[in-house]
Amino acid sequence: MKDTELLAVEGITKAYPGVVANSDVSFRIREGEVHSLLGENGAGKSTLVKMIYGLVKPDSGRMRLRGAAYEPKEPREARSSGVAMVFQHFSLFEALNVAENVALGMENPPAQRALAERIRTVSEDYGLPLDPNRLVGDLSAGERQRVEIIRCLLQDPKLLIMDEPTSVLTPQEVEILFKTLRQLSSEGTAILYISHKLEEIRDLCDGATILRRGKVVATCTPREKTARELAELMVGETLTPPARGEKVPGDVALDVVGLSVASPNPFGTSLQNVHMRVRKGEILGIAGVAGNGQDELLLALSGEIPTDRDAVKIAGRGVGDQGPNARRLAGLVAAPEERLGHAAAPDMSLTENALLSGAVRKGLVRHGMIDWASARSFAEGVVKDFDVRTPGVGTAARALSGGNLQKFVIGRELSQDPTVIVVNQPTWGVDAAAAASIRQALIDRAAAGAAVVVISQDLDELLEIADNFCALNGGRLSAPRPVQGLTVDEIGLMMGGAHGMEVAHAHA
Amino acid sequence: MIAGIDPVVLIASLMAASTPILLAALGELVAERSGVLNLGVEGMMITGAICGFIVAVHTGSPFLGFVAAAAGGAALALLFAFLTQVLLSNQVATGLAATLFGLGLSSLMGQGYSGIKPPPTANVPFGPLAHLPVLGPILFSHDWVLYFSLALVVGTWAFLKYTRAGLVLRAVGENHDAAHALGYRVRLIRTLALAHGGACAGLGGAYLSLVRVPQWTEGITAGAGWIALAIVVFASWRPGRVLLGAYIFGGVSVLQLRLQAAGIAIPVQILSMAPYLITILVLVVMSARRGRAAIGAPAALGRVFHASD
Repeated sequence: MKDTELLAVEGITKAYPGVVANSDVSFRIREGEVHSLLGENGAGKSTLVKMIYGLVKPDSGRMRLRGAAYEPKEPREARSSGVAMVFQHFSLFEALNVAENVALGMENPPAQRALAERIRTVSEDYGLPLDPNRLVGDLSAGERQRVEIIRCLLQDPKLLIMDEPTSVLTPQEVEILFKTLRQLSSEGTAILYISHKLEEIRDLCDGATILRRGKVVATCTPREKTARELAELMVGETLTPPARGEKVPGDVALDVVGLSVASPNPFGTSLQNVHMRVRKGEILGIAGVAGNGQDELLLALSGEIPTDRDAVKIAGRGVGDQGPNARRLAGLVAAPEERLGHAAAPDMSLTENALLSGAVRKGLVRHGMIDWASARSFAEGVVKDFDVRTPGVGTAARALSGGNLQKFVIGRELSQDPTVIVVNQPTWGVDAAAAASIRQALIDRAAAGAAVVVISQDLDELLEIADNFCALNGGRLSAPRPVQGLTVDEIGLMMGGAHGMEVAHAHA
Repeated sequence: MIAGIDPVVLIASLMAASTPILLAALGELVAERSGVLNLGVEGMMITGAICGFIVAVHTGSPFLGFVAAAAGGAALALLFAFLTQVLLSNQVATGLAATLFGLGLSSLMGQGYSGIKPPPTANVPFGPLAHLPVLGPILFSHDWVLYFSLALVVGTWAFLKYTRAGLVLRAVGENHDAAHALGYRVRLIRTLALAHGGACAGLGGAYLSLVRVPQWTEGITAGAGWIALAIVVFASWRPGRVLLGAYIFGGVSVLQLRLQAAGIAIPVQILSMAPYLITILVLVVMSARRGRAAIGAPAALGRVFHASD
């Protein structure tokens, strides 16, 4: 193990109006070290790496790179100093091809043909095969991430920053990514790895810095801690896993037969012949890597995309050709992944947002006139029951933090006494405590007799709350399996394996 | 010969008739590929038309007139860029306002210039080549602006396809957040693209007032800027198809005038609307393939960029 210091961060502070994102943060990374930044959403991890990458300027504090003062004013400068970054939300251009995307992230790219050749060589050296001429819009999430990594590798970085790289990968793809990262580390490239997946960090990282509310609360060697200890350091309190009681599944509440839907999005995935049957009291977990038809499935179930009448049945009645309000009346509520703009209208108040979805089942509109008093008390009920932190129900949805808005959106649907619940990514970008309360609410609704469909990319979440498990892969839904006794390998295969990535490593 | 119309003369005159729209559409194409929807094209064209006319009349040089036209169009475009890129105003409303502003400004500036003849723009001397049968009138007897517009088609295509700057411009129009994260200056790139678009629209306008008509009348552009906007969309944001669209429109416009003159038994109203109808029909059929990738609309088109988001 090398002991020379690569990057030192000393006393960095960054404040935004109303919130201190980082307060006196210090840590150091050695050459070739895999170092993890751990923390909940909002702990200040992203702001910190943005400062290292030159996207944000610190208010005070210093950084040193290989002993020399390091103050990048823009990403260009950071890149030329040997710092590269793979973004959490991919910074890729869908309508451009792989080589063009790579060229955009380089300072002095070679001619397209030479670049294509280098992409091929480097991608095969690191076991991440890529065709430089393919359009990025046609690639899977795992392949897109390879584009980002290759873009960084072509510049021989000394420090590679990775912001939550595994959230979009299948377990097999994660394995391959880790192999690549270990290979890089053994060649002397340091890696700053941001995640809140604790097992991954224990598996991969040499050191960890734990952030809570913008401050460093601990520095440790993750292998010497248990996942539970790490989690409690992150959250600062003891966590209780959701409790679920015994239950007997009831009649079929949601029956989907041969559902095929063309995607409304040109780079989306069409659903092909999807079958599923969910009973009262059952939670069906649907896994899958992003972009395999999750959005389309939610749209088809919620009624935003009409289908054949009998492709979707609620309690035995065909509703496939009906819109969202008719389906709500029949007992089906849905909460899509995108909170702002899809689940909630950003500039409307919480009351108005509650009214938009709750009007039908809660009788908030009579003879075309809105019953504002009931709408307000409905919204207030949701805020109270689901612990939504907001100054009041007159606040615009946009003003709430992601986690609070998610609690409101889920709470709004669950408070309508539904018989069928469909949610997509219910805890995406939500802190651990809020996520736990959302999961508990879903379990409670199922216990009260609702049929629940949870679409999620978080496998731990599905394994924790679902009774049965299936996976979406390329718009096809696998047959359901009981969660008990399912291994991670089996799940990975259901999710589509590693998209042919193993082959290259066999040669490497 | 059909109804007394000589196809060679028809082709030669359609090229001249299409040039204003072609120039404006090429400029707008670059602006839209960078992600800005500029609905002020009509206003920038007519501003260019009057600026070019005034300068050409006073200096006696059509070339200086065209330079002034480009500057005038670009100045209005920079105003649009300041409003939309710096003050983050709504692009649609600002574009419509720019058109109305351009129309009003040009009619104010044009007071007293009606009925004056501008200095003529000479054809490029190709010597004996111009006297070749068929090819001569079509290829070798036009003014320099027309050749410039054709060179601009090739230039725009090559710029977008082969140059680094063109790649960055397309990237900005595709995903401005990602481009910003990679360290590209989204607003600067868009401002430059807009200025280029305004200059091209100005040239197109001056081609009307200095070559096609050639004199100053209020509202001289008569909706040519709107047609240019439509052609960019139906041409799937590709320079080659913009050329095709502009030439179809120009061709049908010229043809219907000849048909009217020849006294064909089709109502004048139907003939007059034919260019709009046929251009849009042809381009719709061509872009009717499925998927956004095939259509080629820049994904960030018309979206406001703010670095803090």
